[in-house]
Amino acid sequence: MDPTIFKFIWRYSRPQQIYVLLITVTSFPILYATLELPKIIINEAIGGQDFPKAVWGLELAQVPYLLVLCFAFLALVLVNGGLKYYINVYRGRLGERMLRRLRFELFSRVMRFPLPHFKRVSSGEIIPMITAEVEPVGGFIGDALALPAFQGGMLLVYLGFIFVQDPFLGLAAVALYPVQIVVIPKLQRHVNQLAKQRVRTVRMLSDRIGETVAGVGEIHANDASRLVRADIADRLGTIYNIRYKIFQRKFAIKFLNNFIAQLTPFFFYSIGGYFVIRGELSFGALVAVLAAYKDLASPWKELLTWYQIKEDVRIKYDQVVEQFAPEGMLKPELQDDQGEEVGPITGELAASNVSLSEDGRVTLVDGASFVVPLDQHIAIVGTGGSGKEELSQLIARLVMPTGGSVRLGDHNMADLPESVTGRRIAYVGSNSYVFSASVEDNLFLGLKYRPIRERELDDEERKQRQQAIDDAEVSGNITDDYRADWTDYEAAGVADLDSLQQRALEVLSLVDMDSDIYQMGLRGTVDPANRPELTERILEARRVMRERLADPQIAALIESFDEDRYNTNATLSENLLFGTPKDQRFAEDGLAENPYVLEILREAGLYDDLVQVGYQVADTMVELFSGLAPGHEFFEQFSFISSEDLPEYQLLLGHVSRAGLENLKDEDRARLLGLSFKLIPARHRLDLVTEELQARVIDARRRFAENLPASDADAIEFFSSDRYNAAGTLQDNILFGKLAYGQAQSAQRVGELISDVLDQLGLRPAVMEAGLDFQVGIAGSRLSAAQRQKLAIARAVLKRPDLLVLDEATTALDAASQSRVMDNLLREFKGKGIIWALHRANLASRFDRILVMRNGKVAEQGQYEELNRDGTALKELMQAE
Amino acid sequence: MSINEEVELLRRIPLFAKVDPSKLKLLAFASQRLTFAADQVLFNQGDMGDAAYIVIDGEADVIIDTPSGPVTVYTAKRNDIIGEIAILCDVPRTATVKAKSNLVTLVISKDLFFRMVTEFPQMAVEIMRELAQRLEQTNLKLREAMAPQPGAS
Repeated sequence: MDPTIFKFIWRYSRPQQIYVLLITVTSFPILYATLELPKIIINEAIGGQDFPKAVWGLELAQVPYLLVLCFAFLALVLVNGGLKYYINVYRGRLGERMLRRLRFELFSRVMRFPLPHFKRVSSGEIIPMITAEVEPVGGFIGDALALPAFQGGMLLVYLGFIFVQDPFLGLAAVALYPVQIVVIPKLQRHVNQLAKQRVRTVRMLSDRIGETVAGVGEIHANDASRLVRADIADRLGTIYNIRYKIFQRKFAIKFLNNFIAQLTPFFFYSIGGYFVIRGELSFGALVAVLAAYKDLASPWKELLTWYQIKEDVRIKYDQVVEQFAPEGMLKPELQDDQGEEVGPITGELAASNVSLSEDGRVTLVDGASFVVPLDQHIAIVGTGGSGKEELSQLIARLVMPTGGSVRLGDHNMADLPESVTGRRIAYVGSNSYVFSASVEDNLFLGLKYRPIRERELDDEERKQRQQAIDDAEVSGNITDDYRADWTDYEAAGVADLDSLQQRALEVLSLVDMDSDIYQMGLRGTVDPANRPELTERILEARRVMRERLADPQIAALIESFDEDRYNTNATLSENLLFGTPKDQRFAEDGLAENPYVLEILREAGLYDDLVQVGYQVADTMVELFSGLAPGHEFFEQFSFISSEDLPEYQLLLGHVSRAGLENLKDEDRARLLGLSFKLIPARHRLDLVTEELQARVIDARRRFAENLPASDADAIEFFSSDRYNAAGTLQDNILFGKLAYGQAQSAQRVGELISDVLDQLGLRPAVMEAGLDFQVGIAGSRLSAAQRQKLAIARAVLKRPDLLVLDEATTALDAASQSRVMDNLLREFKGKGIIWALHRANLASRFDRILVMRNGKVAEQGQYEELNRDGTALKELMQAE
Repeated sequence: MSINEEVELLRRIPLFAKVDPSKLKLLAFASQRLTFAADQVLFNQGDMGDAAYIVIDGEADVIIDTPSGPVTVYTAKRNDIIGEIAILCDVPRTATVKAKSNLVTLVISKDLFFRMVTEFPQMAVEIMRELAQRLEQTNLKLREAMAPQPGAS
């Protein structure tokens, strides 16, 4: 990257900067004219005498002459304003383009950082650098040349004017400039140092915050919140101190500047006045000089401000840039895909004297040499810290060796582009990352290395796309269409999306994840618009399910939704809405205050009764829970009312017993009503929702659906036995009812039942396909650790690499699952390479060859039969387990 | 059956007979009602116990595995409590219990029971009293069994 901000600006925006400069210079005469014209209007048009005057050959009387000049003035103001607008927009755009370029460049560099570098810098440090810290740079770039040129030019013009009036006064005007030019930067340097410190401290603060958030569980588990808060307070204190010092110095500079600016008039008054008294200078000239000096102040101030911003930006740029040039960055040409086809790699993987050391001191891998054919399965075993993890990363070229070389086929791996290492080799570590997207997106990541098929665009979209490409190009950004179809089916050995999904399911079953994905499918939602076939067939499953319910044993497990019956396993509000709320409008929280709901309840004559029920619920809760200590876990688990709210309800109950329910405030009535909404008769067994009340709720249900205003029609998806409910999960749609409370092992039995129905209809694969849409949450947090590992392995297998490198990739799996996955992978990769750093040496017997690592060195290598004897390192490792 | 009826039921069980009804109501409210179909197993002999069951409706067989095969030693009926030893101390289930007909039970989990006891010590005292009485009765029976039979020397 360019070492200074000005080199950066000059290299990427030279023509634009010069253009801005030219436009600025062009605007000078116009600006000058807008200042000059009023003078002419006053002196010649209003105060002038010898009329008519000749303007472009026309003889004009005084009034027309005045009008002509006034309109000319108006025109000039317009032109001047327009020009200013144009320059401002142009400069803004220029700055933003350069900022975009800078940010993209920084991010691209992050992509090329050597992996070990991320042990030293965290995302908490990198993020503010790319986002907030460089932000002022963009604002500055547009002004970088034009502002000093413009304001400097103005300054010179005014100075010239003063010098013409009187050289002595001119000298007086600039007498203190040298002081400012020499002293201010010196003071400024201190401020700069502090500013640098501040940037660093803020960055560390954001790093600490990021780390604290990431490890928040540990903080709770160790009661360490006080410690981390003290840490943050300490850092905030440091920032405060620095900031305070900056203020002191910065405003001292300002004070000095202002003082000097006022000192000059002092000279004018004293020296100029003396000359005027002596008669050596006309009074008029002194006034003119004073006026000119006033004008002088503004550009001079602008120049000083510019200087300060420049310093600020320069520091930020320097500080950011030095952070983005770590040693050992990947060469850009290794990452830039030239679009050439990448053939399979064959032959051998040969490591000769490979070493890896960290910070030039700790040696992690120490002169490892071995040759393995790429059609064999190799196990690497060793204790933790033996170097097997680093060795597998070296083999996958995730890290570059600090000594020796790894050759793959005919190539030195250090020179292979990522298009080869990333496509023909797959690497799965023990902490493989899962991105916040669907299962499918995560699986297909390895197939998306370049846009394969353009998306279809209409004329308008094509124009926009072309514009986007042009914009990206001027800012030095990549021009690929992120929204194109990037999935390379061929790389997975299939022809289209359908067969790729089939293949994905095969691979998932290979890694023992089929039942997980089936569950995800059941728990996921499906949009009927996207998968009409599936939803149609799910409705069929619902019908079959209904038939099964004829068996009383099964009927006891599920209470179906029925438009004409109250569902005793659902809450009262669910019974009332008889549908799934799609957004906040009818969400349970605010339902008791929803005007439409209240209106319906009143119409159905239910309102008062439900408030009464709510009152009884509150009464029972107060009776049951008031003897418990506040914050007792029973509240959380069983109570309708939290322990904090309990006293309020006690007051409320007291109020009701004195004044009656009808005299309550609306707000309090809504609270009671809300309590009644939560009642589930089968679960709570409070006998408050009587059959008579249930019948009226059903009546209200009908009214609710019939009178729902059109504007709220999209707020709720009503239950209907012959329509798919897009807001519910697949399982909800199959069951079309509620699991009955209080049936032994009901969840398990219903699970088996669903599974049975789906198998009968041959729907299991379709449900699993829907499972591919499951959103895995941030960093895969909605998956278990084992599921994340399985997903990572499936992702690696799907792209059909020639060499699969696994580094303790199955540690989170249970032993049986681990064994199945290992067998499946070894079978799947018959004739292709697997290098597997095992976490247990005992598993090594299934591999063709074994490398035993100890203290970073290859202690032994050979077949299992050769090494499995007394006295070998392998035997020692196996016995230690 | 509502909470109030369940409270009545609990009061009829000696272990809970003297406990304050409002506490029993909380116990009932926090406990789950669980229905078993005929032949469904509540728990197996040798399992670690985590709950006691109070029979609300139906019957359950208490079966003990013996070298000569399973033997039904008792049939629990309405108001009987099953497996209460397991919520008082950590011993494996001494018998298998299987629903004989459709069986409705109230499940008092060990966890819930202990939290109730710690929260309301009075309840612990009542239960202690009940257990002491049982012990006394057992001792009595033992003494009777050990006493020399008249005319047997």
